Amino acid sequence: MTPGSGLWQMLLGHLNAQALPFVRAYDHPTASEIIGAGAAAIVILGAAVLGGLITWYGKWRYLWKEWFTSLDPKRIGVMYLVIAFVMLSRALIEGVLMRVQQAAAVNSPGFIAPDHFAQLFSTHGSIMVFFMAMPFIAGIINYVMPLQIGSRDVAFPLLNSVSLWLTAGAAGLMMASLVIGRFSTGGWSGYPPYTELAFSPDVGPDYWIWAVTMGSIASTLSALNFVVTLFKLRAPGMSLMRMPLFCWTSLCTAILMIYAMPPLTVATALLALDRYLGFHFFTNDLGGNMMNYANLFWLFGHPEVYILILPAFGVYSEVVSTFSSKELYGYTSLTLATMAIAVLSFTVWVHHFFTMGQSADINGVFGIATMAIGVPTGVKIYDWIWTMFAGKVRFTVPMWYSLAFMVTFVLGGFTGIILAMPPLDFQVHNTVFLVAHFHNMLIGGMLYGLLAAYHYWFPKAFGFRLNERWGRIAFGCWVMGFYLAFMPLYVLGISGMTRRTQELFEPAFRPWLLVAAGGALVLLCALGSLFVQLWVSIRDRAQNLVYAGDPWDGRGLEWSISAPPPEYSFAVIPQVQGRDPFFDAKRRGTAYSRPHHYKDIEVPRNSSTGVVIGLAAALASFGLVWHIWWITIIAVTSIWAAVIGRSFMRNVHRTIPADEIRRTEESWLAAVAQAAPVDRPAETTSANQGLAKVPR
Amino acid sequence: MSAELRHVGLNLGDTDEAAHRQAEQAVFGFWVFLMSDAVIFALLFATYGTMQHATFSAPSAANEFKIGSAFLETLILLTSSFTFGMTSISMKYGQARSRAGLLAWMTVTLSLGLAFIGLELHDFASMFGDAAYPTRSGFLSAFFALVPLHGLHVLAASLWLIVMMVQVLTVGLDARVKINILRLGLFWHFLDIVWIAIFSVVYLEGLIR
Repeated sequence: MTPGSGLWQMLLGHLNAQALPFVRAYDHPTASEIIGAGAAAIVILGAAVLGGLITWYGKWRYLWKEWFTSLDPKRIGVMYLVIAFVMLSRALIEGVLMRVQQAAAVNSPGFIAPDHFAQLFSTHGSIMVFFMAMPFIAGIINYVMPLQIGSRDVAFPLLNSVSLWLTAGAAGLMMASLVIGRFSTGGWSGYPPYTELAFSPDVGPDYWIWAVTMGSIASTLSALNFVVTLFKLRAPGMSLMRMPLFCWTSLCTAILMIYAMPPLTVATALLALDRYLGFHFFTNDLGGNMMNYANLFWLFGHPEVYILILPAFGVYSEVVSTFSSKELYGYTSLTLATMAIAVLSFTVWVHHFFTMGQSADINGVFGIATMAIGVPTGVKIYDWIWTMFAGKVRFTVPMWYSLAFMVTFVLGGFTGIILAMPPLDFQVHNTVFLVAHFHNMLIGGMLYGLLAAYHYWFPKAFGFRLNERWGRIAFGCWVMGFYLAFMPLYVLGISGMTRRTQELFEPAFRPWLLVAAGGALVLLCALGSLFVQLWVSIRDRAQNLVYAGDPWDGRGLEWSISAPPPEYSFAVIPQVQGRDPFFDAKRRGTAYSRPHHYKDIEVPRNSSTGVVIGLAAALASFGLVWHIWWITIIAVTSIWAAVIGRSFMRNVHRTIPADEIRRTEESWLAAVAQAAPVDRPAETTSANQGLAKVPR
Repeated sequence: MSAELRHVGLNLGDTDEAAHRQAEQAVFGFWVFLMSDAVIFALLFATYGTMQHATFSAPSAANEFKIGSAFLETLILLTSSFTFGMTSISMKYGQARSRAGLLAWMTVTLSLGLAFIGLELHDFASMFGDAAYPTRSGFLSAFFALVPLHGLHVLAASLWLIVMMVQVLTVGLDARVKINILRLGLFWHFLDIVWIAIFSVVYLEGLIR
């Protein structure tokens, strides 16, 4: 059996020894190949060490029973965050590699080969968007949103698990591309005709297609779940206009996903038809038209920007209001602005390709629509500033992120307005000016928000606060690193430096590139600080417990239960009377009241269906990438079998007996009664046991 | 829950209030899914619209489409929507003893669905006979992405119908089976509407030119 023979083809498809980066590095020991082999080794060693540790401590059963098969949105949320942090680490390192390469590659080939460099920017972008940002957002929404609306679960718990495991499977496929074969060199947007068979005959674009398709389907299903949850499962009295703003932004994001993810699925599916079955959607010949791809992709791609940023806007609204001890200013205008942004986001996609041949009038219309989005966004910034005005502002880590966001995001907004003008866009399109702009929005807008959310809700999820000092160090690094890494790119972009360039020939660029590379290293320190913070916080958790559940004098229902919350979340579904139900209840003295009686609570029983579907989908994709059809056939059949088999199951709920709930709740209420209320200035010290001192 | 408060589309018959609440949530979720599926079809229609004249030397719509067959398929699918309506009615009003009526209507619907798929496959085979392959032109690519995707949906719906028939026989008409028949009904009617669009935009327009 030799590669290319019939039997080999049938069993192993296009796989061969050259697919392994170790073999390639052995054959051509260049710096570039060795880096590739090193990355593959890290993936393999990381997986082996992790698996070994779990086996050593005998935790497989625990993980399977308590986590992997869990349908509890709180657990699912945490698992999403684990995926997000793992993928963030990989993609950030890739970003640093690119910055260092460019700094080293002025009139010199540097240490990374062009093809490898192209894979780096493709994986960096694809991972950051689909496997860092999207899981991070899905995780936070899963954890927080049901608690905020006073619900024990999302509408479709099993579907939730399917979404998680499809995302996990897709992320796994991204990791597999590092070890077996190679990734696409077509960028995160995968533009044909370059990604067609004619120009990219390797497996790279196939990895991209299937990973992105799985992620896209997972996001669509999550969004469906969130929308139904928000419309149908709100606690009594929680009208739409009483929802916390994070729920509003989650709702708008979910609606955007329902309409914006299908275009991506169509784009990748049609590209797959071209590549696998010889169709002519985006090829150069026989009537293919790549402009269709550009339109389909950006019909997804632009709303995607708002899918990413809106939840962050929701987080800032919660954080600013809580840490200013003030009602959110302009709640109605914030909801309207959110809806306006959601609607407008579907009217601007052409601004991603102003230079691709449509008439000046069309460009004008889309340019004006783009600038119009600045208006509702500006409204929001003012609302947050007015919320802080005359409030008792406390400079905690989430608040620092919010403040840094307001400054940084406005700056990014200005450069966005510049890019929205077609004549100016013609000058700077495809330069690093654009790269600087969207990193300005995504780091300074989305990532700061997600990190603020992580710090803000972490004590709720795990029962102890994160270390404040390391949090500030990480914050400082994220902000400084961002400015150092991306402000030079604005200058370079205006000077004409094209994006995605592996080697440069303008010596005047060198100082700016060196600063940018330094900034990238600071960003790496920021990530490192986050991990140190996590480690220090877990080590010192005994001093920072907030079991009573309300470390920040919170406003929404999520703070009205213990930290970490019990599996059933709410012993009794709360009755909501206003916009800040828990904050008001504390002031009225009705918080922490003992229910009249406890009832049994039904929760969904664990299920392995989600894990099976996610794993099978990943295998099916792997088979498709390497043309190993038997794997794909078996995997797809198992997906259908799992779905149909599950539909016959009837014993899908489990009852938590009232007695057990009574015990849990009573011990929590006893702890609340014992806890010493903490003043706001002391909330970041060990005195904080999760009970806020409130003026009665 | 009083009868007038019940969701109009939830033809569950006389079941308890909890089942109705559950159904409302489930059916709403399915509507949301249908909307995102509708976006997929809408985009494939748009893609087809931009590519329908990109025929090059390959066969064109006027050469390949046969009004008789397309019209017959339309009639079959419309009839199957009617018989699915009868399925829903017999689920709602049929007594436990007349599960036979429900199963009979499901069987009729299934056979119509399969007949549709058979005719469609026959159409595709005759196009292949004329060497009208999707690999030959943008137009044929767009056609073979849009129309067979609808066919695949019908196939999935037929499979789902078989599963539901088995469940009616083995599990009986519990709340979950009823809710799933409701959802399948929505799916079936949705596919009917998509076919109307395919018949008008693809077949009729292709033959007029």
